[in-house]
Amino acid sequence: MGKKILIADDEPNIVVSLEFLMKQKGYEVRVVNDGEAALAAVGDFGPDLILLDVMMPRVSGYDVCQKIRENPAWQGIRIIMLSAKGRDIEVTRGMAVGADAYVTKPFSTKDLIDKVRTMLGE
Amino acid sequence: MLHTWVIIPVSLAYLGVLFAIAYWGDQRADRGRSIIANPYIYSLSLGVYATAWTFYGSVGRAAADGVGFLPIYLGPTLMMALWWLVIRKIIRISKANRITSLADFISSRYGKSALLAGLVTIIAVIGVVPYIALQLKAISHSFTILAQYPDVVLPAQRVAPPVQADTAFWLALVLATFTILFGTRHLDASERHEGLVAAIAFESLVKLVAFLAVGVFVTWGIYHGLPDIFERAAAHAKLAPLLAPLGGPAGSYASWAWLTVLSMLAIMFLPRQFQIAVVENVNENHLGKAIWLFPLYMLAMNLFVVPVAFGGVLHFSGAGVDPDTFVLTLPMAEKQEALALLVFLGGLSAATGMVIVETIALSTMVCNDLVMPVLLRMKSMRLAERRNLTGLLLGIRRGAIVAVVLLGYLYFRLAGEAYALVAIGLISFAAVAQFAPATIGGIYWKGATRAGALAGLAAGFVVWLHTLLLPSFAKSGWLPIGYLQDGPFGIALLRPYALFGLEGLNDITHAMLWSMVANIGCYVAVSVLSRQSVAEQTQAARFVDVFRRTGGALDAHPWKGTASLPDLKALLARFLGPERAEAAVIDYAGRRGYGSPDDVPADAGLVHFAETELAGAIGGASARIMVASTVHEDALSVDEVRTMLDEASQVIAYSHELTQKSQALIAATNELRAANERLQELDRLKDDFISTVTHELRTPLTSIRAFSEILHDNPELDAAEREKFLTIVIQESERLTRLINQVLDLAKLESGRAEWQVARIDLKAVIEDSIVTTGQLFRARNVALESRLPADLPFVHADRDRVVQVLINLLSNAAKFVLADAGHVVVALSRRPGALRVDVIDNGPGIAAADQQVIFEKFRQAGDTMTEKPRGTGLGLPISRQIIEHLGGRLWVTSRPGKGATFSFELPVADAAAVAAAAATHRT
Amino acid sequence: MFRSAIKGQRLVVLFLFGLLLFNYPVLALFNRAAEAFGVPVVYAYIFCSWALLIGLLALVIERHR
Repeated sequence: MGKKILIADDEPNIVVSLEFLMKQKGYEVRVVNDGEAALAAVGDFGPDLILLDVMMPRVSGYDVCQKIRENPAWQGIRIIMLSAKGRDIEVTRGMAVGADAYVTKPFSTKDLIDKVRTMLGE
Repeated sequence: MLHTWVIIPVSLAYLGVLFAIAYWGDQRADRGRSIIANPYIYSLSLGVYATAWTFYGSVGRAAADGVGFLPIYLGPTLMMALWWLVIRKIIRISKANRITSLADFISSRYGKSALLAGLVTIIAVIGVVPYIALQLKAISHSFTILAQYPDVVLPAQRVAPPVQADTAFWLALVLATFTILFGTRHLDASERHEGLVAAIAFESLVKLVAFLAVGVFVTWGIYHGLPDIFERAAAHAKLAPLLAPLGGPAGSYASWAWLTVLSMLAIMFLPRQFQIAVVENVNENHLGKAIWLFPLYMLAMNLFVVPVAFGGVLHFSGAGVDPDTFVLTLPMAEKQEALALLVFLGGLSAATGMVIVETIALSTMVCNDLVMPVLLRMKSMRLAERRNLTGLLLGIRRGAIVAVVLLGYLYFRLAGEAYALVAIGLISFAAVAQFAPATIGGIYWKGATRAGALAGLAAGFVVWLHTLLLPSFAKSGWLPIGYLQDGPFGIALLRPYALFGLEGLNDITHAMLWSMVANIGCYVAVSVLSRQSVAEQTQAARFVDVFRRTGGALDAHPWKGTASLPDLKALLARFLGPERAEAAVIDYAGRRGYGSPDDVPADAGLVHFAETELAGAIGGASARIMVASTVHEDALSVDEVRTMLDEASQVIAYSHELTQKSQALIAATNELRAANERLQELDRLKDDFISTVTHELRTPLTSIRAFSEILHDNPELDAAEREKFLTIVIQESERLTRLINQVLDLAKLESGRAEWQVARIDLKAVIEDSIVTTGQLFRARNVALESRLPADLPFVHADRDRVVQVLINLLSNAAKFVLADAGHVVVALSRRPGALRVDVIDNGPGIAAADQQVIFEKFRQAGDTMTEKPRGTGLGLPISRQIIEHLGGRLWVTSRPGKGATFSFELPVADAAAVAAAAATHRT
Repeated sequence: MFRSAIKGQRLVVLFLFGLLLFNYPVLALFNRAAEAFGVPVVYAYIFCSWALLIGLLALVIERHR
């Protein structure tokens, strides 16, 4: 227990729902609303997994993901990309920059939780 | 004393000078350093037009009628202006086809007809040989007069001396020798005689100088200048009417005009003029200078004609001196020995120049167009078996020269002082004028046929014989005078000088009128009625289109058959000699781009080349016969040739069309590319739109689904949390509904299917309503809203609900973008010309200039859409703009970053908007 | 070719002008018993206009050389 999850999304209501779901499963949660904050949080929060929205102010989810993957120290972090954009090209792009999974919105809460758990090896 | 032993050596010396010049000219030509290759020599050589008839006769004519001699020089002056068009074309055609005589030209144009060439030759010989006789007479006459020096004694109606004592006979022989020496030195494909032309140009100078010398001597030596002569003339009973002679002694204006036309034609169609102007032309650019230099020469030649004539009449008044001799007798009477001798030489040069050139031209015709065709057709001659025909050809040419000169001499002996010789100048002109329709028509009218040319020439010639030559015979007593007075066989209607009863014209005018009517009439009528053969069609196109063709498909001879190079070379060798034939073939191979003559394919091109080379030597018609006998030719049907010609012209037409089409194609391609780019852009926008709409729909849906599932899966949630989640679900559902409505609304607006209730509305009241509606938004963020709405403004014509929609959009945007608590928004209504204007002014962050257009695009909001989540649906402003524009107004924004933004729109006031609104209502 | 065509047209115009100069009725205007420079007016007219025509021909030909 005590795995850390970073939620990066700028839609307040979605954040509320994700935060509720993750906390309910007993994870330690940190919320950020833009890409810059997300990168900062990766450093000082040290999450095991990130739920990363693609469309965020200042630095997009793609860039955040790419930056994380460039740092060898952060290779262990699992990243699930969340996006309302479901076209193949966007999914491909997400996987290309190093995401472990790409979940299109709206998502099934159960599936998302299962995916998180699997990735964290539970 | 000027004894014959002075005159004869001087004359011979003069002829010796001519020989020297001609010899020098030929030598220079052989060394490739032509002395005649300049426009001045060309212009001077054209002066061969001025013969002894001009030199002596003009003065005689001026003494009789004053100005009657002038049309003979004015006509050529006028014609020279047209030479740039006409003669240049004839020269071009002649060079291209190796045409060496007028007969050859006409016959070549009409399918190389030997018959036509023969007819032209016969007309030329009959028309011109008496003219040669006239020259011989002039020399013999002037010699006799000069020999009497210092007494002015005219030769009486003398008994002709025996031939061996007749100066004219010996002169004829000398001229024939000269002509043979310099005219037939060798057979040349181009038939050009450089030395001879140089000699002719020299003669032109001599006669001009001689005549000017007499003129100056008479005017200022005998009299005291022009006014003196004319003053005396005015007092002279015979001369006074000549001071204003037109319409009187000089004949009618009509005869003046016809004489002009006649000499216009003569300058082109006298065989000697054709020889000098066309055949001997070195460079067609020389025409340019000649166009004004030659008229200038004629002007100089005529300057003193009237003074000498009047001076002579005044001087010899009643002494019975023939005015035709004034040029010679005036210096003699004044004891000007040297001047008289110079005049004699001038007359000699005028006469010899004419005889030499005319003889060459005629002998070429006689040889190529009369003798050769007959010989070639005569099987008994076995010409086809003789290996080298150059000798024979030169022999015939030389024989023809002697024959022509002697014919001239014979006519002179026979005619003597008869009218038939005296009047021959203009009669000759009228004869050669008959060549004009077939020649000029031939180079401009493709439809003219061989039959038409034959008919026209024959008809014109017959009328000429009947109305001019035979009457001159009758007047000379060689025919019964009844022919003239009562008509042939007593048919009065056919009287030569009043054909069909046409009276009141002088003989030349009358003859020209009828012969031209007959000639042109038959030429045109028969051409229209007859059909062209294959060869005629080809030649017609070659001649008429000579300037247009630059060696394209039409240049190839329509020809089908088999030929062999050795055969053709042998044929050339027989007429040109082996060396020249060899050189010609090598030259041809070089031009076609083959290294060795043996590589040249024996095709239509080679056959055409051989024929053209031969044409230079033996004329077009004979060349055709010879080539046809050498190669095996398949007859081409008219249809085949027509097909070939059609194909050629179609190729040209196609390539024109192709150029145009490919240009059109490029234009169309560009348009298509632009259209395609626009379509792709639209497609991309539509794709983006759908993608964006999807995204915008998914976002609220995500929250709704997530919370629904949470609520569903967690029935144990406490009431407060449950309440909070349900509120989110409701908010997001509302957001979703709003979004869907706006997308549908926009779609309706864009497709024109929106419903409009346009009416007169009070904008002030509408604004106030909107303020009330959005009041909650402002209060919630603690933003001040100020309204400046003046009273008594006119109504606008608009849809109330739509305007409210726009206002709410603008107001809620303002409320959203200003800072909470510090925000300040002003709504102002004001009057503009024909419209009311609403401004919504905020003190928010403002909009960067780059974004001021972007915000009116769908789903686009200021800032980077990739990284910034829209604060609204992104459809409000595009919808608002659509609405205002639909109502005939406009919506725009003015802003500076950091200084707030002002959204403004204008709506037309009711009256001004009536038309626009009606149209808008109509559209819905 | 183009220049040559223009030249041709100008020469045709001169030809027509010449026809006008040397024919009825213009010619008839000068056919009277009067003098110009001591010469009967018809002779003076013909030779002067002849020279004029030659001058114009030269002008057309020699320009644009």
